[in-house]
Amino acid sequence: MRPVTYLLADDVEGAVRTVTADPDTHFLAGGTTEVDLLRQNVLTPHRLVDINRLPLTGIEALPDGGVRIGALARMSEVAEDRGVRERFPMISRALELGASAQLRHMASMGGNMMQKVRCGYYRDGESPCNKRLPGSGCAALTGVSRTHAVLGTSEHCIATHPSDVAVPLVALDARIHTRIHTRTGDGERDHAIGDFFLEPGDTPDREHPLAHGELITAIEVPGLPIARRSLYLKVRDRESYEFALVSVAAAVDMVDGVIGDVRLALGGVGTRPWRAIRAEEFLIGAPAIPENFEQAARIELSDARTTAMNAFKPELARRTLVRALETLTRDGSQR
Amino acid sequence: MAVRTPEASPGPEAAERGPGPVKVRLGVNGRERGIDIEPRVSLLEVLRAELDLTGAKRGCDQGTCGACTVWVDGRRVLACLTLAITCEGREVTTIEGLARPDGTGDGQLHPMQEEFIAQDAFQCGYCTPGQIMSAVGCVQEGHATDDAEIKEWMSGNICRCAAYPHIRAAIRAARDRV
Ligand SMILES: Cc1cc2nc3c(=O)[nH]c(=O)nc-3n(C[C@H](O)[C@H](O)[C@H](O)COP(=O)(O)OP(=O)(O)OC[C@H]3O[C@@H](n4cnc5c(N)ncnc54)[C@H](O)[C@@H]3O)c2cc1C
Ligand code: FES
Ligand code: FES
Repeated sequence: MRPVTYLLADDVEGAVRTVTADPDTHFLAGGTTEVDLLRQNVLTPHRLVDINRLPLTGIEALPDGGVRIGALARMSEVAEDRGVRERFPMISRALELGASAQLRHMASMGGNMMQKVRCGYYRDGESPCNKRLPGSGCAALTGVSRTHAVLGTSEHCIATHPSDVAVPLVALDARIHTRIHTRTGDGERDHAIGDFFLEPGDTPDREHPLAHGELITAIEVPGLPIARRSLYLKVRDRESYEFALVSVAAAVDMVDGVIGDVRLALGGVGTRPWRAIRAEEFLIGAPAIPENFEQAARIELSDARTTAMNAFKPELARRTLVRALETLTRDGSQR
Repeated sequence: MAVRTPEASPGPEAAERGPGPVKVRLGVNGRERGIDIEPRVSLLEVLRAELDLTGAKRGCDQGTCGACTVWVDGRRVLACLTLAITCEGREVTTIEGLARPDGTGDGQLHPMQEEFIAQDAFQCGYCTPGQIMSAVGCVQEGHATDDAEIKEWMSGNICRCAAYPHIRAAIRAARDRV
């Protein structure tokens, strides 16, 4: 583990300016990614700016039925927040099914959006990896790839996006609010979450549109009545304390016996949290019957590109999606 | 940049600390402790190597086993992924401070510790301090209603000896006592 210097920030502008000025300075929130990867020599900052005392911890129910989640709210706090539970059960559930109780007390929501992939070749600090060392190749393409992505991959990277909570956030069109420092001064930006997670393409090292030093301040989820009846279904190799092989965030609104509106996103299968937009389009106006769920899943997964080791994923994703939709449209059931 | 340090009125340059050893003050089990450490040093390392509190164990050092579980400001966290310097101004509690935070317990154990003994909730004992710190948290958080819930909310603590049924029995028993 390389030596680092440490600064405790107590104002947002100062923290943003300090990190912006130096590519080798990183923010430190819960540390569950940053400290881990610093120790493995995967991240190599010289300086850490501790943002944990910044006033970004609030979880605020908004009048439009939405919620504004401070970047430093912890996963555990958001999961148990009353407003989040009532309005967005899929967010609560995705959080509770992630990591462990200890990690959820540490991990912040901003850090969760910025967490790094769990690909073993990225994490080992030495294998060819275009994310860690652009141009060095991708060891996963010919290596162990059972947990890797089947959607949104490129010939340069097939790492799965690991976040659970990002999946319902993508389904709900959340927005990511940031503070940024540029030559013209301090400012705020906000990013549609649909544009926030980048596919690897030719530049797997570019994972977000954020400038270096741009600080996530909050995540805003718009008021969406449909989300009150939503679920998050996670399938994994062991029952708990494990990343998803496949997960589904789903919300359905029935109108006159057909699907009036639907939100769907997939985790564990994409290089980014995957909004299942084609499945949604197919389902709107369709009767809620298994044949339609199957067809929607097939349409969404038709572009899947598998390796020999993860060839099971499209089928597992199809079944999980169908199960989620059946559960939601069965009378009276919620999660 | 405005920063807070234990020393009075630091300028922006004085505020940056490290990379060499710096003075860090930590509140551990009700006592104020001063140490000289590099900012990169984990809380787990400080507890074990600097403060002789060897209850918290190093299993994986990467957040995957829970053997290092302690409390920071009353919440169960992983000491291996926590930098010690970030705990300034916070209250750290380890297994050594569970019975009586001020260390004057006179041998009287916490109910969770007593039940781990009574229910034979360990074999080698390596995971036990982490299990117990996590278990008290699990009960306090209200997630020990039944075995399914205990399983889920204790999943962050791996037991290589698979003493799980006895660990759950201890948690149920301690839950019913407090
Ligand atoms: C063993 C283990 C199991 C896990 N299992 C799961 C799981 O099942 N599901 C899941 O979703 N996640 C899981 N995680 C990942 C975990 O959720 C993330 O590590 C965590 O959310 C990161 O948040 P943090 O506050 O600890 O971030 P940090 O580690 O402090 O920071 C992460 C990165 O984000 C940057 N950063 C932090 N905050 C901000 C901000 N506000 N603005 C801009 N940049 C910022 C940092 O510079 C750093 O590069 C697991 C992690 C571990 C170690
Ligand atoms: S040593 Fe901290 S979780 Fe394993
Ligand atoms: S008792 Fe041996 S690891 Fe749990």
